Amino acid sequence: MAGPVLEMRSISKSFPGVKALSEVNLTVAAGEVHAVCGENGAGKSTLMKVLSGVYPHGSYEGEILFEGEPCRFKDIRASEQRGIVIIHQELALVPYLSVAENIFLGNEHATRGVISWHRTLTHAAELLRQVGLEESPQTRIADLGVGKQQLVEIAKALAKKVKLLILDEPTAALNDEDSRKLLDLILELKAQGISCIIISHKLNEIARVADAVTILRDGQTIETIAIGPEGISEDRIIRGMVGRDLEHRYPDRTPDIGEVAFEVRDWTVRHPIDQQRTVVDGASLNVRRGEIVGIAGLMGAGRTELAMSVFGRSYGRWSGGRVLLHGREVRTRTVPEAIRHGIAYVTEDRKHFGLNLIDDISRNISLSALGKVARYGRVDRHEESRVAESFRRTMNIKAPTVFTRTGTLSGGNQQKVVLSKWIFAEPEVLILDEPTRGIDIGAKAEIYTVIAELAAQGKAVLVISSELPELLGLCDRIYTMAEGRITGEVARADATQESLMRLMTMSTASSNEQV
Amino acid sequence: MAQTEIIADSARNGAESDPSPSVGSVLARALRGNVRQYGMLVALALIVLLFQIWTDGILLQPLNITNLIQQNGYILILAIGMMIVIIAGHIDLSVGSLAAFVGAAAAVMMVEHHMPWPVAMLVALVIGALAGAWQGFWIAYLGIPSFIVTLAGMLLFRGGTQILLQGQSVAPFPKGFQSISSGFLPEVGPHTDYHNLTLLLGLAVLVVAVLQELRGRRQTASYGLEVLPLGLFLAKLAVITAAVVVFTLLLASYHGVPIVLLILGALLVGFGYLMRNSIIGRHTYAIGGNEAAAKLSGVKSKRVVFLAFTNMGVLAALAGLVFAARLNAGTPQAGINFELEAIAAAFIGGASASGGVGTVLGAIIGGLVLGVLNNGMSLVGVGTDYQQVIKGLVLLAAVGFDVYNKRRAGS
Repeated sequence: MAGPVLEMRSISKSFPGVKALSEVNLTVAAGEVHAVCGENGAGKSTLMKVLSGVYPHGSYEGEILFEGEPCRFKDIRASEQRGIVIIHQELALVPYLSVAENIFLGNEHATRGVISWHRTLTHAAELLRQVGLEESPQTRIADLGVGKQQLVEIAKALAKKVKLLILDEPTAALNDEDSRKLLDLILELKAQGISCIIISHKLNEIARVADAVTILRDGQTIETIAIGPEGISEDRIIRGMVGRDLEHRYPDRTPDIGEVAFEVRDWTVRHPIDQQRTVVDGASLNVRRGEIVGIAGLMGAGRTELAMSVFGRSYGRWSGGRVLLHGREVRTRTVPEAIRHGIAYVTEDRKHFGLNLIDDISRNISLSALGKVARYGRVDRHEESRVAESFRRTMNIKAPTVFTRTGTLSGGNQQKVVLSKWIFAEPEVLILDEPTRGIDIGAKAEIYTVIAELAAQGKAVLVISSELPELLGLCDRIYTMAEGRITGEVARADATQESLMRLMTMSTASSNEQV
Repeated sequence: MAQTEIIADSARNGAESDPSPSVGSVLARALRGNVRQYGMLVALALIVLLFQIWTDGILLQPLNITNLIQQNGYILILAIGMMIVIIAGHIDLSVGSLAAFVGAAAAVMMVEHHMPWPVAMLVALVIGALAGAWQGFWIAYLGIPSFIVTLAGMLLFRGGTQILLQGQSVAPFPKGFQSISSGFLPEVGPHTDYHNLTLLLGLAVLVVAVLQELRGRRQTASYGLEVLPLGLFLAKLAVITAAVVVFTLLLASYHGVPIVLLILGALLVGFGYLMRNSIIGRHTYAIGGNEAAAKLSGVKSKRVVFLAFTNMGVLAALAGLVFAARLNAGTPQAGINFELEAIAAAFIGGASASGGVGTVLGAIIGGLVLGVLNNGMSLVGVGTDYQQVIKGLVLLAAVGFDVYNKRRAGS
């Protein structure tokens, strides 16, 4: 094969308090399909953002050589002009414009600002043929399914004369049929000399289309494996992906586990917009009193969707399933109902779903249980401040006073405020979604201690996490999810990172049948 | 009473403490975070001072003060409701038309059907509540943007007004009804040079205000928070006392307290308390600040938004009644541009276009800034053409200043 089309050498990128990439190397040979693998947070997306100019030259260290020439992209436009096009997992199409308009958006066939519809439509039709999409260029994007939209994105990339196509989780939202077509297309483009970087959690797909795979872990390149004609075993990839160090101390605890407190049976949720898509498919799980149970799964496995749907149907469209507390079925159709039954959900996205950033700590903590500091509808500000102050002390929230705005706090302290809010509501069941995402090591350890204490008080705790060591360090039992289904249930004693990862990447082919 | 809100806020905003604060830094800190409201209070004082000089003292003459209150009462009533709607993250364009509609309905009831005026007023307020609930239903439960729903309401109620009145003005109103806009507190007791009841009322307000100040200071200290140094605190009390005394004497030397001022005072205290201290008030701020987070915390956001619009309907009805009483007629042209004045008042008074921020007192201050500008410019002889230009610039400057400040503070 020819020389490399792309070389990224010793790329390092830091965010305040976190080193996202450290001396990462990635070499893509001309005309090859190169897979990039790694757990959530391994640095895959950051690396692609560096490559495509989302993080401009100067905001990272290291160098990028494209077709042998050093590149210093200042924005996405610059990288696209060189022929590097990235297609994100969340498609960037304008729903109410036509296919043709989307394909040439920002890249219009025009003369002095006036669009030539003739050239636009004929060129679009040609590109659609190339990607094998039999639709009129004048169809609105909103009228196409996700699979076809993905093809439009690729046509759009072709219109930009793409030389290196980057696909971020291209099949995550597709059913099997559409996935197969897309992978075929990638191979076809390869035959035409277009190189491709594909980020995917689906190891069987990687084994099928990739010529080489680079594995990232904790912002570092672990290895690059060339895939020969004999293929690669999924276990071989998994071995590289896992094995993160157990870098944190987890609290010692002697679990005192009681009867089943919280149970979900056959829970099914459909996508809020694309109702053909089943996001959570017949999930069943239970948590006992005093037990910490984990849910492991990769991006798109449906963990958050399951949790939010159970918590007052805050996500998607419910289409079956029951919630039981202490063996009795309860209704959790609205958030107030779920809270009344003693269920709490601590979001993974504290800035959007957890906090009112323009308000202070005390008012954020009291919000979900204002009635506890109020009498006859009047909030007792004195009592409220006292409560907040006691949380500030016990949770070690680093802020001058409880009247500090939460928007000014660090991630770890914001997370402690959100946790305080839900502990104040005195739930029996706590669902913690990525409770330590994006916070520093010290704060993580504190939060682990809080979680252990909650379990010791007899609460049922469900922890969703992308960090396997965290789940192994914290939980008594771990469920795994993949493609909306529970694919396994493992006691801590029997669990290893490898065994979990195998369950997490298990393909459940029947789950996405087209309706 | 007005001062208590600022104290409550300064307790929160003066929060960050350092060991040995200088007077300047304490002041700076007390002001920061609430720059807009304090800024507007200062701006209001400056505008008053400016026009007082410009008009050779006419602005603050007892007669003119009374006029000012009676001319702006209905806008201030609307501004209170509008502030709450804006805090919840919405907008209401229909209030001017709704005020006209309710005024017309009241006129028809009282003048054509000879309904007793208190009954007619009550019915009018219920009509306002129903109209507000109608709009709140579309906005909260069907998810239609408030801009659209209330734009439709603006046309709907304006048309309704014209249908009710058939293009004619309906007049006159009974004396009792007129007094809600042009009446005064009755006089009691021995004859003095001043209006006795007004003096008593002023004294009561002064006592309550000072007590609230003291209580607020004690409470702030009990949280372990920094309070104003004693000297500054006493100075603040002196300013409050002076303001209340001067204002009371001004009113008392004319006809006393206008009824509409009593209504406004009650609304200010009531809604100020509601927004500051009640669960529903707190929920309103939470929805405006981050609706998704509020919902996931169990706040029934649809109900809160519905109630905010219903309340706006009642206040629009009240404003419509006050305006009709002042005009002594129900007319098809009533209430034009009231919604814009009310929205401007709310934004000048510290509301944020994205919701979650603002106080009832702020709405009043914003309304007064506009009112004094109107009144002062008219007295000096500035034409309405230039008045509009100036008011537009003031609105832009106030909000621009706020945005600039926030950006500098890095939030």
